[in-house]
Amino acid sequence: MSKDLVAALSDLQEEEALIITRDRLDAGEAPLGVLADATRAMEIVGRRFADQEYFLPDLMYAGDILRQVTEIITPRLTTTVERNYLGTVVLGTVAGDIHNIGKDIVAFMLDVNGFKVYDLGVDVPPARFVEKIREVKPDMVGLSGLLTVAFQAMKETVDAIKAADLRSQVKIMIGGSQVDEQVMNFAGADAFCLDAMAGVSYAKQWVGGK
Amino acid sequence: MMEMGKTPDELYRERLKRTEDAIRLTVPDRVPFFPRLGFFATRYAGLSHEEAMNSSDKWLAANRRVIMDLEPDIYSISENPGKSWEAVDLKQMRWPGHGGPANSPYQFVDGEHLKADEYDAFLADPTDFLIRTYLPRIFGTLEPLQKLPSLQALFIGGYKGATSSSVFVEPAMLQAFESLYKAGVEARKAQQQLAATHEELESQGFPRAFAGPNMFAPFDIVADMFRGIQGAMMDMYRRPDKLLAMMDEILPVQLKDGIAKTKKTDGISAIYIPLHFGADGFMSAKQFETFYWPGLKGLMLGLIEAGLTPCPFLEGDFSSRLPYFAELPKGKTVLYFDSTDLFRAKKIVGDRACIAGNMPLSLLQSGTPDQVREYSKKLIDVVGKDGGFIMTSRGGMDDANPELVKVWADFTKEYGVYR
Repeated sequence: MSKDLVAALSDLQEEEALIITRDRLDAGEAPLGVLADATRAMEIVGRRFADQEYFLPDLMYAGDILRQVTEIITPRLTTTVERNYLGTVVLGTVAGDIHNIGKDIVAFMLDVNGFKVYDLGVDVPPARFVEKIREVKPDMVGLSGLLTVAFQAMKETVDAIKAADLRSQVKIMIGGSQVDEQVMNFAGADAFCLDAMAGVSYAKQWVGGK
Repeated sequence: MMEMGKTPDELYRERLKRTEDAIRLTVPDRVPFFPRLGFFATRYAGLSHEEAMNSSDKWLAANRRVIMDLEPDIYSISENPGKSWEAVDLKQMRWPGHGGPANSPYQFVDGEHLKADEYDAFLADPTDFLIRTYLPRIFGTLEPLQKLPSLQALFIGGYKGATSSSVFVEPAMLQAFESLYKAGVEARKAQQQLAATHEELESQGFPRAFAGPNMFAPFDIVADMFRGIQGAMMDMYRRPDKLLAMMDEILPVQLKDGIAKTKKTDGISAIYIPLHFGADGFMSAKQFETFYWPGLKGLMLGLIEAGLTPCPFLEGDFSSRLPYFAELPKGKTVLYFDSTDLFRAKKIVGDRACIAGNMPLSLLQSGTPDQVREYSKKLIDVVGKDGGFIMTSRGGMDDANPELVKVWADFTKEYGVYR
């Protein structure tokens, strides 16, 4: 049996990934090292998703295997993990809309690409975005929405961020299957994204100077 | 712009023929106009979304007004089953007045209502599973049905069934059945009102777009109604055989029921099939071929065989799936597109199926009249070339600007004439 957790997890070999994780910990290996391999594997999963080799089911399956791997590792961790993030993102589906799939994919992809993501969930009112921006001072804000009611809600959210004097401190991207340049201008956002990779690409570009 | 000098009956036949020509891939007199109303009537008539959900009278009157004003070639009215849903405390939806945001239409709530280890129970006896396990999970008021003994055991003893039925006497059980009755009364009222509205609109010269209940790709039924997204996607890996077996069980049931409920009144008799997980990003080509396409194709071919016209709504981007749809028999389907590139779709499936789409909702909401005309022109010129095209929007135009919608309707009727 191969001991390669990176390969097993990134190739979505569920049983093998769990066995390797247990074996390595039982053999006395440091839990943080095993966790680092799991993280590397998820980076590969993210790349394969970006290359359209993996799709939503593969992403979700990888996430579910990772959840189990983490459950095995966590009780044995004695120190907490410090990650160096490229940047910070506050993300949510705007008020009036409860669609979460697109937002969840973006959160996943930003995470595996090195961003700290604060996911506010769905049907998030503008005031909640403002509050979180004040609290965590993100580099950027992601507004997601599938319904047309989201266009107006995106605008109201951007307006609330402006009214709170925070607009100059964050870049704002909107995402969803119906958004386009028209909606971006209407809402007053800096970018629109039709898929998660576009979001990652803007995020990297926006923190590029750091 | 009322078409002068024609009787409603003449207009009805003219509009129907126009649409039928587009579907059969012969050149109609002009591009048919099909505004996908969604919840547009709320804004148009100043109704709240809660009223739209709960008051059939107001909702239907508002839609009637929109249709009379826009004079579409075919029309469809969304359902407003708020009171029925309320009566059984439906868990699969959130709507204004029932946990949903006040300013949006009803929205589906993803959930796992058949657990990973329950496939066998479903497959062994679907009806029993649906009544004793599934209904109590999706309808709050039907929780007491969990306590019923096996329905087979209850009634297999012939005359003993009469005395076994004492299980129905419990007050909680009675309440459960009463809630179903209440939902049924509301549903019937709404259905009768809708039927009367259809009749009236028909007498005014407007053909309906769809002739029967909505149907769904078998994968979407399993994923949306039973397993939840997470569950269904994990099943592709962990229990593909069960997933496929459940879809095989569902397809013929759905076909038989849907066909029986469809009123074949004209040469089209279209059936709306909103697709969910077949879109490009949602699964790989191999997953689509294994889990999605066979069931969807089976459904569409079954409908075509019954003389009906499947109209799948390909929500999201289906660009990479276009070649599969080219397998369908010629002139028998309408492919209603959302964000798929229609100009490409015309090349790949244009000689097999009628294409409907795809005015961006963003333009109808916050564009300018010129932008709306410009995009319409492009659609008519390229996708409408030689027929086989129905003008509609990229989904329900819930929040569209009525003035822009009027511009869109007028332009399509003027510029869309085949000369």
